[in-house]
Parts: sequence; C-alpha cells; structure tokens
Amino acid sequence: MTTHFDIERVRADFPILSRKIYDRPLVYLDNAASAQKPQVVLDTLTRAYSEIYANVHRGVHFLSNASTDAFEAARETVRRFVNAKSHDEIVFTKGGTEAINLVASGLAAKIHPGDEIILSEMEHHSNIVPWHFLRERHGAVLRWAPITDDGAFDMEGFKERLGPKTKFVALTHMSNVLGTVTPVREIVRLAHAVGAQVLIDGCQGAVHEPVDVQALGCDFYVMTGHKLYGPTGVGILYGRKDALKALRPYQGGGEMIRIVTKDAVTYADPPHRFEAGTPPIVQAIGLAAAMNYMTSLDRAAVSAHEHALLEHATEELSRFNRVKLYGRAPGKGSIVSFSIEGVHPHDAATVLDRAGVAVRAGHHCAQPLMERLDVTATARASFAFYNTHAEVDALVAAVRETMEFFK
Amino acid sequence: MDPGLRELYQEIILDHGRNPRHFGVLEGANREARGHNPLCGDQIHLYLSMDKAGRVVDLSFQGKGCAISVASASMMTELVKGRTEAEARRLAEAFVQLAKGEEIDTNGLHEDDLDRLQAMGGVSQFPMRVKCATLAWHTLEEAMAGGGGEVTTDDE
Repeated sequence: MTTHFDIERVRADFPILSRKIYDRPLVYLDNAASAQKPQVVLDTLTRAYSEIYANVHRGVHFLSNASTDAFEAARETVRRFVNAKSHDEIVFTKGGTEAINLVASGLAAKIHPGDEIILSEMEHHSNIVPWHFLRERHGAVLRWAPITDDGAFDMEGFKERLGPKTKFVALTHMSNVLGTVTPVREIVRLAHAVGAQVLIDGCQGAVHEPVDVQALGCDFYVMTGHKLYGPTGVGILYGRKDALKALRPYQGGGEMIRIVTKDAVTYADPPHRFEAGTPPIVQAIGLAAAMNYMTSLDRAAVSAHEHALLEHATEELSRFNRVKLYGRAPGKGSIVSFSIEGVHPHDAATVLDRAGVAVRAGHHCAQPLMERLDVTATARASFAFYNTHAEVDALVAAVRETMEFFK
Repeated sequence: MDPGLRELYQEIILDHGRNPRHFGVLEGANREARGHNPLCGDQIHLYLSMDKAGRVVDLSFQGKGCAISVASASMMTELVKGRTEAEARRLAEAFVQLAKGEEIDTNGLHEDDLDRLQAMGGVSQFPMRVKCATLAWHTLEEAMAGGGGEVTTDDE
C-alpha cells in the first residue's frame, strides 16, 4: 500500500505525545473522549489572543474587524470541511451537546403527543436526553432502533419502527462505544420518504472519515471541536438552510436579533439567530486550524492507518480467552470496547494507567447500550491517527499484565 | 508492577473483591439503603438489622462494582457487625478520612480497627478511585439514619 503518512512526523506535531507519565511514555488511547491538539492549533489560539482578539460583529474598530474576519473565515473552513452548500448553514455552538439541544428545543413547538422520534440503542446520552425532554414536555414517543448482536445497525429493525408517526430520527454516525458506522444515506432516504427529518450525531464519525453533508442528505449534522483535534468549548451544528430556518430560536440575547423593542422582537437569519451572546470566537478559529490540519493530511492514508491499528488491536486482544470484545460490525471505526473476565473495567483501567496506557472505563454515557450489552461498564481503547502499532502492543502487554494481576 | 498498584490491590483486598463476605439479601433487615456511583456505575444495596439499642446486629450487601468498591463493602460488613451506631459512624468517618489521605481522627477507635481500615489506605494515592472505596460507608451512614434512600457519590 502506498501511504503518504509519516507517523513520526505527525506525532511530532502533537507536543503532549512526547511527555511521560509515571516515568513511562504516554500511550494515549482515549481519543474518543477527547483528542490531543497539534502545535498549529495551540499557535493559532495564542496568535488569535495576542494579535487579533476583540469581540466579533459589534465594533467598528480595527481589532473587532480582524476578529470578525477570522471568525467568519472559520465558518467557511467548517463549511468546506463538511461540504455544506452555504456558510449560513454552519452554526457555532459550545459543543456537540448544545447543538443537539438547540435542535430539540427548536423543534419542540412542532412536536405533539404521540409523535414519534427514533433513536438507536447505541446513542450517547447527549443524543438521548434532549429527546427525553420532548417526551416529558410534549408527549413525544421515543422508539429505539435496535442493533444486532455484533453491534451493527439493524436496518430491518429501523424500518419496522419507521412510519407515518415518525417526526424525527436522531442517530449517531459512529458509536462512541462500538465504533459502529451507521448507513446514513439509506437511513435518510427512508426517513425522508415518510416525511421525517434526520439529525446525525457526527461527534465520532467526522473524526475518522471525510463528511459530505450534501451527499449524506441529512437535515442536521453535529460535531464537537475537541474530538476533532481542536479546542474545547466549540461545536458545530450544520443545518440545511430550510431546516435551520424552521427552528425556533434556542437562546435569546445579543447578536441573534434584528430589532428589539419594548413590545416585540424580530430575529436575525440563521446562523446568527442561533448564536446568542458572544460566541466561542477563538475556539472557532482554533477549530478551523484543526480542520485545516486534518485536511492537509492524506485522509485516505489516515483512514488506512487507523483501520490497521483497529485490526491489530482486535486481533491481539481476541487471542486472550478472558477478553471479550464488544462491537464487531463490518466497517467499524477505530474504537475497541472490551472487558476482561473477572476484572471490573475500572480496575483494568487503573492497572493500564500505571503502565502509561490511558483508556476509558465506564458506561461511556451510553447506558441504554450498556443495558443492551448486559454490562454495567466496559473498558475502551480508541485510536487516533497519531497512535502507533507499538502503542497497540503496549496496550496488549498491559492487558496481559492486568490478567496476571487479577488471576 | 507499579508499587502503588501493589499498595492499592493488597492481597486482602483482592480476596474480599473476589469473595465478598456477607453478600446477599439479609432476612429480617429493618434498615436499608442504596448507593450509586454514577461515574462508574458501581451499585450497592445495603441491608442492616439493628436492635432497639441501636446496635448493628447483622448486615449484608448486594451489588456490582469494581474490586475496590466490593472489597470496601465486604470489609466494612466485617468491621461494623456488632457495633453500636455511634461506633459505626466513628469508623465511617475515619475510613473516609483515610481514603481521602486526610489525617485520621483516632478518637474512640481501637488499634485493631485502625489496622483493618489501613488495608484500604492505598486508595488515597488514586484520587479517581476514592469514591469507589467510600461508597459503601456513605451508604451505611444513610441506612443507619433510617433514610432508606439512595446516596450517590455526586453528593460529596
């Protein structure tokens, strides 16, 4: 395979990767929780604060203009990153969670008792709880699209739940626990055929494969900055123009209005209608730098490398009789959830940590999925393109050590 | 193997984690409480039988959790059985101080009790795991208070 991917050069771009913990090299395998930041993002943040920083959209002075230009240029970078038709379809939020809450809240007035919202069993709580609000407050009925035993999206089960009562479908692009990738295009086609809108939670999915929202056809697509190698405190809501326009404003405040009088208010057009208050200016600029960094890499080579890491880890961990892997769906992303017989995931994660290997243990904010898998928690190693095969070996060695310790 | 890990997972803790004592539902219990650690999903259901004088005649627990939380609950049942409510509360206070790495108020504690509590002392070096160790003891306090409710480690 020809690869234009120099792992050592890429690793050198991420200063934190060279640090040690407990006198051992850091093996950072908690990327699905949050990814590390390349130097170019850190430099961009510093430069934004030290050279062009002021509030956006409100001043006539030099810095406000410079800051607004950089902020709106970031919006254009995001548009390109997901191939939206217009930069007006890109809303900056404080994170993925806020983006989903924004949509759920904006739709609320149109949800009536008995209207159905379809989620999948493998959603993150951030794509569950906002819909529970609509159940509690507006009488919506939540329907759960099942997964198969190997963790794949069960298309037949989805079709059975889809019908004339379906008003909305909210699904993950890639499960944060199983790595399962959902067949978004087909889901969107089916949902639109019954008149339902679709939101795709791309907090994991957008990290691993290029996203084309026009090709996917979804009405909304959600991302978070910090998993995309960018800063915390910024997320993205993509909404097709007509879909965004049909949403009620989320928060009220400055920037989102046209005219405010003592008796009435009129709202700005999207995206500003949904950006009340001072937005995460520098975070958005930093996220754009992260996206530019990602697109500067050979993404096909990145994807091939991540899949090779996944295969390596899956193959090695499968050798252990006491290790159980969760999620073997074909085409899944580079996330490996596992448990070790006789060892609680938190104990495993503690032992792994002391070997320098950072993994996540717990319910991963996906309790309905844990119920489906009949576990209270799993351990999870999630790989980024800067991880190496030697780090997979370190994980496997630490898992072996854990099993020896907890005989 | 990291020495901190050996300190945390002493043989006695591994043993209690694998073979918890007083595990199951207690027939004739007159107090109970549930404990929940939302961070990691640890759950404990604690049953107490207290006599009129406020003595914990018997106790048991059920639940799911990591080795630390199960061992802590198991060792707690051994320590607390037969104690008065006041004695049990003293032990709980001392245990929480120990787990958090704070100075222990030894007032009213037997040396033998202290020794047995110390087995869990290693957890103070693992800040992310302290709540696993203290869950059972907070649940005990709730049960003795007669609340019968649920404590979560978020309340700390």
